Amino acid sequence: MSGELTPTHSPQGAASFIEQVKQAQPALAPVAHPWLACFRAEGMERFAKAGLPTTRNEAWKFTNLRGLDKLSLSPAPDAKSVPVDAIPTALEAAGPRLVFIGGQFRADLSRIQGLPDGVLLDALSAQMEADPQGLADRMEGLLARFPGADHPMRSLNAAFLADGVLLHVPAGVKLAQPVELVFLAPAGVAAAWHPRLVVVVEDGAEATIVEHHAGQPGAAYLSNIAADVAVGKGARLHHYKIQREGTDAFHIATLNTHLADASTYDTFVLNLGARLARHEARQVLGGEKIEARVSGAYAIGGDQVSDITTLIDHAKPNCTSREVVKGVIDGKARGVFQGKIIVRPDAQKTDGYQLNRALLLSETSEINSKPELEIYADDVKCSHGATAGELDEDQMFYLRARGVPRDMARVMLIGAFLDEAMDEIIDEQVRAYFRAAAAAWMGTERA
Amino acid sequence: MSLIEIKNLHASVDGKAILKGVDLTINAGEVHAIMGPNGAGKSTLSYVLAGREGYEITEGSVTFDGQDLLALEVEERAAAGLFLAFQYPVEIPGVTNATFLKEALNAIRKTRGESPLDAMQFLKLIRAKAKDLSMTDEMIKRAVNVGFSGGEKKRNEALQMAVLQPKLAILDETDSGLDIDALKIVAEGVNKLRSPERGMLVITHYQRLLDYIVPDVVHVLANGRIQKTGGKELALELEAKGYAEFGISDAAA
Repeated sequence: MSGELTPTHSPQGAASFIEQVKQAQPALAPVAHPWLACFRAEGMERFAKAGLPTTRNEAWKFTNLRGLDKLSLSPAPDAKSVPVDAIPTALEAAGPRLVFIGGQFRADLSRIQGLPDGVLLDALSAQMEADPQGLADRMEGLLARFPGADHPMRSLNAAFLADGVLLHVPAGVKLAQPVELVFLAPAGVAAAWHPRLVVVVEDGAEATIVEHHAGQPGAAYLSNIAADVAVGKGARLHHYKIQREGTDAFHIATLNTHLADASTYDTFVLNLGARLARHEARQVLGGEKIEARVSGAYAIGGDQVSDITTLIDHAKPNCTSREVVKGVIDGKARGVFQGKIIVRPDAQKTDGYQLNRALLLSETSEINSKPELEIYADDVKCSHGATAGELDEDQMFYLRARGVPRDMARVMLIGAFLDEAMDEIIDEQVRAYFRAAAAAWMGTERA
Repeated sequence: MSLIEIKNLHASVDGKAILKGVDLTINAGEVHAIMGPNGAGKSTLSYVLAGREGYEITEGSVTFDGQDLLALEVEERAAAGLFLAFQYPVEIPGVTNATFLKEALNAIRKTRGESPLDAMQFLKLIRAKAKDLSMTDEMIKRAVNVGFSGGEKKRNEALQMAVLQPKLAILDETDSGLDIDALKIVAEGVNKLRSPERGMLVITHYQRLLDYIVPDVVHVLANGRIQKTGGKELALELEAKGYAEFGISDAAA
């Protein structure tokens, strides 16, 4: 039952892509550590067997990766030669951050100092050199928490394991400042990179992560991220992501998060960029009294596709999950929301809430919404709702009748619509930053 | 010079003629009332003047303060000084009253060539106006009309009018859904805005509102046209006799 998000095999469609991928793989620096080498090899094997997911399998019914196999995946240039003029930040004060260009760590742009004792924050590439055993142990420990979570895009990510982030916060340690993870695409480069995030927040610890993914239009690249996250007993993790890839890019992120007793996970994704973005997040509520907040928003136009697919898996009693996903869709763009909540037989007293709303700004825009509740316990409170609509004409007329110009009235109403989702973000700085990013989208969309 | 001059105005909705030749002139400083039975075209007239979509003007003209009103966009009409107090004010979740009114006022000021008010100046202004209408700070901070009672919504309309200071205010069935106390507060707010420079058009089904906002001129609108015009005593006459003499039996009148 835990394999719901796992597509079945469909190798024929992407044979040429697999060939390309195989040809690109020898360019990777070899790894000496046997577990890590095996991890890569197994990833390659699994991906070659599975191929790219197609719309024939249920989990990918609404999101077609067809264009992906036609990309020419030239090797990314050495990240050190890429000039960087601005690094996005959601924060007023400079905090710890790791910067990646084309998937490669840039130490000169990163800041790792000033963390409490015992906190490990580093690039995976550096840890593969410095402590491959420690990295392998952590990755193995994490993977054991998600049995049956095979996924072609995760396999592809594993096949190209080269860089990414390791964050380990020991028990009881609270990070005062958010950690920013910045992934930038080099301009004009059609390449693929596969960053991996390895995050362990031990019992009673607290951390905030802000992921930035950004690029320029004009290059068809693939950013294929995989994350494994464990939040210990009574720990708190705030995990935010803003995705502003170039509008010719593919962005695929596949996250597995395991939550222990009385932990809090507060996550939010804002999708603004990419030609096709899929954010697929599986949350396993593996303890009691967990609070999981899994929300998101998107604003897209043109030919963009934004897919937010989530699984909230209630395994134990007395947990709360809350999910608010709202999107604004213009042009010929398409939004996809697949939100599954499983309440297993043991998960009595589960309190689950899910809301999905789409605002369609054009006649050619589209939303595919698929809420799914699978409830096997009898004493639970679960509600969900999905709506799609246009801007309210009465509201538009009312605003304009008071003198607010049409464009401004639209911005006010779209902003108010998205705010219902943005309000789910607990961190005030991040909330303000995400709201401003959405407002900037409205500004360019109007022009 | 007249503030607004409506000449032979014809309008239809979905091909059905609703206004069939309305003539009406209001001068600065005057308060006119339009009374009429249900379906006479009262609300259509107010929406056509405010510029709502869905109404086709088939004939006639409206000159507002020297401009061709019907050629203006909705927001341009507001900027030119036209204000419609809605019969059913619209709820806008997620937009606060204060933000809404500040954007509206500054957009109008911009059109007039005036500098925008900053947050402090605006807050001072809105607080003073709200106090006149017994509105609390909390109501200003709330989302526009969300969770407001019928009376609060109408007070909110009066507040917007007081802040935006229009040249012509059209009050569409402002008395509907109000108890007598709420009606008095709203009417008092409206009366404060009476001035030699400002015109008002009060649209109502019942005479009751006109006890509190006393008009200079009363018109009877029935079957898409002004059927009769008189002084404030005409309202009392209609209250007693109903609209039967205009070919319409209206039990409510």
